Amino acid sequence: MAGRRGGEQPVVPDTEFTSYYGTPVLNPPVWKTPDIPGYLFLGGLAGASSVLAAGYHRAGRHGVATVAKTGALGAVTLSVGALVHDLGRPERFLNMLRVFKPSSPMNIGSWILTGYGPLAGVSALSAVSGKLPRIGAAATAGAALTGPALAAYTAALLSDTAVPAWHEGHRELPYLFVGSGAVAAAGLGLLAAPARAVAPARNLAVAGTALELAAFRRMERRLGMVAEPYRGGGAGRLVRAGDALSVAGVACAALGRRSRLLRGLGGAALLAASACTKWGVFKAGQASAADPKYTVIPQRQRIRAEEP
Amino acid sequence: MRTTRAQPADPAGDSGYPDHPPRMGFFTDTSVCIGCKACEVACKEWNAIPAEGLDLTGMSYDNTGGLGANTWRHVAFIEQNKPVTRPDPGLHQDQDVFTMAERGTSTGEDFRWLMSSDVCKHCTHAACLDVCPTGSLFRTEFGAVVVQEDICNGCGYCIPACPYGVIDQRKEDGRAWKCTLCYDRLGDGLEPACAKACPTDSIQFGPLEELRERAGRRVEELHEAGVADARLYGADPDDGVGGDGAFFLLLDEPEVYGLPPDPVVTTRDLPRMWRHVAGAAAALLAGTAAAFLGTGRG
Ligand code: SF4
Ligand code: SF4
Repeated sequence: MAGRRGGEQPVVPDTEFTSYYGTPVLNPPVWKTPDIPGYLFLGGLAGASSVLAAGYHRAGRHGVATVAKTGALGAVTLSVGALVHDLGRPERFLNMLRVFKPSSPMNIGSWILTGYGPLAGVSALSAVSGKLPRIGAAATAGAALTGPALAAYTAALLSDTAVPAWHEGHRELPYLFVGSGAVAAAGLGLLAAPARAVAPARNLAVAGTALELAAFRRMERRLGMVAEPYRGGGAGRLVRAGDALSVAGVACAALGRRSRLLRGLGGAALLAASACTKWGVFKAGQASAADPKYTVIPQRQRIRAEEP
Repeated sequence: MRTTRAQPADPAGDSGYPDHPPRMGFFTDTSVCIGCKACEVACKEWNAIPAEGLDLTGMSYDNTGGLGANTWRHVAFIEQNKPVTRPDPGLHQDQDVFTMAERGTSTGEDFRWLMSSDVCKHCTHAACLDVCPTGSLFRTEFGAVVVQEDICNGCGYCIPACPYGVIDQRKEDGRAWKCTLCYDRLGDGLEPACAKACPTDSIQFGPLEELRERAGRRVEELHEAGVADARLYGADPDDGVGGDGAFFLLLDEPEVYGLPPDPVVTTRDLPRMWRHVAGAAAALLAGTAAAFLGTGRG
């Protein structure tokens, strides 16, 4: 760690700042764990799985497609459950549909869920029951088109707050989130796909991991000191675990062409990777809101930069 | 909805009140605050806000800590080792609160107390209001920002959205609460309870335009009297939140009082956020399609 002064506090140059007895400037997010980080993870898994399912459906790989479709339905059902649990009462979810408000990502998210959820449901039920194949195919396509919105909007949900590590990361977080969603969906695909059909899931795992890692590095560079919460403490450990697990998952997928066990391990690692990443991002935001320096110092620097 | 320099912001008009009274607000002049907490108490009483129980923070005479669901006015107590700059005794009518305060408590020339009564800023561009998914937060005809507790979902979105750390969730009912600018009193032509109770006129209530003029004069007076650190906070309609409906005269940097030095309404970046969300969603579609390339059919 660069330049330690006075024992305890790790001091990066330029972190001198004043605060009101060290108390946070912001009120901390009241969103509960595991509800909201779980919601972020499940939304990504559901949305990306629907896209992957449509691909397998189109390729005629109905076994994997059905697993991806039911996985998407399961994930979106659990995610709504997590949301309602955080809100406390089911009718509170409906309360959000009384207005349409583009300035509120949470409101838009409710509409996305309302559009996507039934499509994912019809797609999965048709695949499992074998009934109404045409309607099932249309719903599969619809879920594949709306799923990405579900996987990506949660980034705006976090960024549209004053929480420094979330707000400042608003350019990269959507890419990070869909990358992480793709990693999760690929993980589920790997668990389900027979050897002959594993290639697309494996490719998606590689692409998702690459996108996620690239977005993270870019965000860290751009954020400067505000990126510290993504590296330190519990959030940092989760983010690093996510990175390691997705790389390990990709490696298993690449080597596991013939080994079902290796593919299974890879799939599980990718699912865990995605969960760790989302949890890490969530925790990093909480940590950045709790320490006044992440609010005060960047704002001071901005004022200084704007001064003639 | 940016407002230009030429025209004063009209949040009530923008929110669909074609004929509305002038925008009302608070000017909190901390240079005359004596830390009596009459505002905190009056606010609690009038708005029937539950007690928090007895907490000793141990950090100063401030045992409230900060604004929250059950604290809509909060008096900050800052103990500083800084030379005292006193304004001319004639400035605050004929009382010199500084001498009075010093007589009781000062331990020397290098020690001073800053006190400041904080409150919801009733931002011109209010992030809490923008992000509320239910429309529970609304703008009153007086330009203030109010939560309707019968509609509030308790989703908690407004809480991290507020760049000032004002609005918060009440644990008992899960809903969000904050200062209403005493909406119920205003309708009856009364001033808010805190301003009414303030014995030094540190909290002044009135049409925002008038308050801004008065505040400008007060800063000049203080500067002339040698209080070089006096400055207005939240009064600039061109700042990141479009100016505050409750603004302050401070005697030090805002962060000393626990206030953000350059707050920005988070939704200012929202169009860009939505563009990146769309880009990322498209990337997921395209990337997954690409993952099937060359992998063959059936
Ligand atoms: S200070 Fe916070 S709670 Fe008050 S209007 Fe502004 S954003 Fe809303
Ligand atoms: S907690 Fe209530 S007031 Fe705040 S954003 Fe949610 S619904 Fe709106």
